[in-house]
Amino acid sequence: MLEALIWIIRRDLTIAMRRRADIFTTLIFFVIVVSLFPLGIGPELDTLRLIAPGVVWVGALLASMLALEQIFSADHRDGTLEQMLLTPQPVSLLVVGKVLAHWLVTGLPLVVMAPLLGLQYDLSWPGLQALVLSLLLGTPALSLIGAIGAALTLGLRSGGVLLALLVLPLYIPVLIFGAGAVEATVSGLGGQSHLAMLAAILVGSLVLAPVATAAALRVAED
Amino acid sequence: MTEQPALEVDKLCCVRGDRELFRDLSFGVDRGEVLHLKGHNGSGKTTLLRALAGLLLPEDGAIRWRGESIRSLREDYARHLLYLGHLNAIKGDLSAVENLRISAILDGFEITEDRAWSILGEIGLSGHEDLPTKHLSQGQKRRVALARLLANQATVWILDEPFTALDVAAVQMLQDVIQRHVAGGGIAIITTHQEVAMLGDQTRTVVLGRHHA
Amino acid sequence: MSPRSVHWFKFSSPSTFYPVAGKISTVSAVIAVVLIAVGLYMSFFVAPTDYKQGEGYRIIFVHVPASWMSMFIYVVMAGWAAIGLVFNTRLSAMMAQALAPTGAMFAFLSLWTGSFWGKPMWGTWWVWDARITAELILLFLYLGYMALRSSIDDPRRGDRASAILLLVGVVNIPIIYYSVQWWNTLHQGATIKMGEQSSMDETMLITMLVMTFAFWAYAIAVTMARVRTVILERERTTTWVRELAMGER
Repeated sequence: MLEALIWIIRRDLTIAMRRRADIFTTLIFFVIVVSLFPLGIGPELDTLRLIAPGVVWVGALLASMLALEQIFSADHRDGTLEQMLLTPQPVSLLVVGKVLAHWLVTGLPLVVMAPLLGLQYDLSWPGLQALVLSLLLGTPALSLIGAIGAALTLGLRSGGVLLALLVLPLYIPVLIFGAGAVEATVSGLGGQSHLAMLAAILVGSLVLAPVATAAALRVAED
Repeated sequence: MTEQPALEVDKLCCVRGDRELFRDLSFGVDRGEVLHLKGHNGSGKTTLLRALAGLLLPEDGAIRWRGESIRSLREDYARHLLYLGHLNAIKGDLSAVENLRISAILDGFEITEDRAWSILGEIGLSGHEDLPTKHLSQGQKRRVALARLLANQATVWILDEPFTALDVAAVQMLQDVIQRHVAGGGIAIITTHQEVAMLGDQTRTVVLGRHHA
Repeated sequence: MSPRSVHWFKFSSPSTFYPVAGKISTVSAVIAVVLIAVGLYMSFFVAPTDYKQGEGYRIIFVHVPASWMSMFIYVVMAGWAAIGLVFNTRLSAMMAQALAPTGAMFAFLSLWTGSFWGKPMWGTWWVWDARITAELILLFLYLGYMALRSSIDDPRRGDRASAILLLVGVVNIPIIYYSVQWWNTLHQGATIKMGEQSSMDETMLITMLVMTFAFWAYAIAVTMARVRTVILERERTTTWVRELAMGER
């Protein structure tokens, strides 16, 4: 059973490596969105330092949401998704594999890139650490929760926009604790409790979201 | 042995959107038999096949495998099943060998790389095993998908228009494969526009949508 | 099977429920009109002026029941969704579908009245108070449900997909609410205490309850009327709907 999980991750990673351009679009989107804010608000470092956690987090959230649409759509189009539903493997396990591969390709680069963007906003060293840590805990949760929305909107006309409408409200707790962790660290309060909440959300969504996603995929292939 | 057939369809009713495709459809298929589904376009052949595979929830009625509903069996039924739909379910960025090995793993068994190469040779893809499948022709892609039939150990084969895009030689080979499978106690449920008299005398026929024609 | 469950399943069929829904709708509509009249009279003329907030506080008689209803209806929808997924009954999905616009309307009403209340009390139309923010997110959840529902053409897929969404939403609501509360206390934002005055007058409480029951009756009346049209639309190809249409002609 675990073999199937490993193979599905390997398969998706192999495919992603063979079309590398897709990885960079998400990352570039993230960089552009975050760079837009100083242009809209003004270059005063005091203001920027204040909004840095929120801006970087919202940017990461939007980027990971945009990438979500692709998580099942290719498999849906070429028929591999219906085959996945017909294997003796538990579908939720295969979903975990797909989400994990998707996160490694689209989420992890965001985490790696975030400190550079934080520097643009003159974030302090502890703040940068908290930013990376919070994104490391938060973005997988975003991918897991978002996968439900991606499965529900699979093959629908207004897929992308609808996906945003369904998923963004569910992202709010992750955003609050994620940006909150950075902010609390910067202001010297310590972000541990925020990070603990993020970890709890990650565990909770790891348990529940794949089940809901599997159910949604069955409905979508009906 | 009871008289109950291995795969049994009981008063099945399927609905697509607003349209009722069929109602009170009952039949059975036993090991060593081919079931040939006939019907005009839109009569619900694909829908019935998807319901038999467990992909689609019927509006009413039951499908039973060895006397138990496939909805309660789920993964236990999937173990005995191989479904090949209109879509080839192969990844264009992966080679034929990779595609075959991954689908085998997902089906619950492992095949070595050598075995994959020999199966693909058998199905007539020698020299193309290592290419990304997006560079293959339609017929060759179909062959990659059909290679699963040779690798798999499933009892029930559900094949939706398996002969499309295949050349004469490939059609002949596929018929042989199906015949061998059925002779060995397997079940094959297929839809096709081609004549399949040559599938043998163990062929049952179910015609859908007769009253509309 | 016990006779009770037979009875229950009989009413779960849309054709039997259709006339029942009509009767419930009419009765509830009458109750709603009476209660709203009584409730409004009490809120404007019977309930005493609040010593701290003056006359403006009277909007809570609409605001608080509307907030309650918006949350309650979402939970009821999720309940119907669960029943529909487990028992595969068509009517439960139709009920959830019929409830959604009313729930969204109450969420909107709650925000609207909250904003009206905020202007004289705080001097701004919008305050990022924890409860108001949570209500806003709830409105988003309603809108998401309705958008998903209407973008799926196949009714069966629509039923099941939106049921999954409702269940995901109902699991998330407590987490969202808690996180918003956390966020609010951390930022020391404004906290509006509505209906939590130091001395909640007895007549105020009764008025609030009357208005709550009035909203209940209204929600039932509107939902039942709406579920009837949903039933007719979804079952238009069946013989009983055709016969009904012939009879009314």
